[in-house]
Amino acid sequence: MDSGNGSEDGTPWGRGDGQGDDDDINRDWGHKDIPNDVEVLKRVWRNEKSAPEILAYESLLVERVQEQIANMEENILAAAESLDDMMLSIFEMDVNRLMFLLRAYLRVRLSKIDKFALHIMRTADLWDRLSPQEQEYASKFVDVLSKHMHDSVLGKLEKAYESMMKQAASSEENDMIVEPNLDTYVFCRSKTALGTFQLDDKGDETVDMMPNDLYILRYRPVRNLIETDRIELV
Amino acid sequence: MAGQGASEPALFTELEGDYGPFRPQIPVTVPLWLGIAMKKRSKCRIQPPDWMSVERLSEVLEMEREAPREFQPLPFHYVEIAKLLLDNAREDFENNYMVQSLLEDIKDVRWDKVEKGLKNLSGRTHAVKLKNISAMEVNRMRTFTVRALQSFFKHDNDDMMKQTPTDSDSQSTPSSSDRLPRRTLRPR
Repeated sequence: MDSGNGSEDGTPWGRGDGQGDDDDINRDWGHKDIPNDVEVLKRVWRNEKSAPEILAYESLLVERVQEQIANMEENILAAAESLDDMMLSIFEMDVNRLMFLLRAYLRVRLSKIDKFALHIMRTADLWDRLSPQEQEYASKFVDVLSKHMHDSVLGKLEKAYESMMKQAASSEENDMIVEPNLDTYVFCRSKTALGTFQLDDKGDETVDMMPNDLYILRYRPVRNLIETDRIELV
Repeated sequence: MAGQGASEPALFTELEGDYGPFRPQIPVTVPLWLGIAMKKRSKCRIQPPDWMSVERLSEVLEMEREAPREFQPLPFHYVEIAKLLLDNAREDFENNYMVQSLLEDIKDVRWDKVEKGLKNLSGRTHAVKLKNISAMEVNRMRTFTVRALQSFFKHDNDDMMKQTPTDSDSQSTPSSSDRLPRRTLRPR
């Protein structure tokens, strides 16, 4: 009995062409050398989990993954009668795994938005890292939060203390806003040797990154390396 | 991880890759979750990975004991993989009690090294290098290490900062004589 139903996906990465019944019957390896979307999503999720601030939203990746999930689910429904239970459940497991990854990624981002909503809203750089849905979520969250704060506590205090963002009217800046701690330490690893780079302005702290070794460093100096994808967080 | 199919050939085309066809008695390499799923339905037999043989593990244990400052190369997720395989595919290992006890010993020796290394953290540390460490060990020490390093950074820099205003009048570099030479990296 042959399953013979591949999932059509128009992704640029592709997973090889072996989707048909008679194609490449002798091949019994998965395509592991092309970075497929699942691996990319895993890495992106891991980075997001370990980073103290919110990272850029991978909108293309998320779209592709959603497409793949939808296709796969269609295929499963279409082939439900002709497959035996085990294979059906294995296909379902695969889809579930991918959905879990996607949800976990989105949830990590949402929890960071919850924590730092006010800070994200006032920093254009961070605001741009949100997807349109996340931006909507953030604004609504701030609205609801301020209304709640006002109704329960702040509205009942004196004028000088009623702002959610300042400790008192006499504070010069918005010092009640929570900011992510960029000086926290993260575990990271690079695939290639990055050579020495300095961690500090004064130039007396340097690190020599060798491939595939784990390092614990401060987050702030390595921010750009994460964005350009030369380091991954663990 | 390799498994051997015991029933009809089947070709899996999945989101993560293509696997199959599965033919009886022919080993196929599949991801761990797929192999465990098939094993649970008694459709296959699992071939233990090379590094999980008694000989290899005994070698690793000996080398761990001999080199007190280094970790031996092991798969990053060796603890998790070993637990899954031993729980679900016990009978496929020829000597599973030995394998299990060797793994426990290796875990203990390595964790001991981690703890010793943690004692060396100080205000001077600005980066820590961990070669060949595994995921389980990273997560066991993650909160402690991160908090400790954060505190060191915060308090150490405060001390440095406090010294600069008083010395700003003089031309000499502030407090460089007070500081011991910084060691750049602590190899583990």
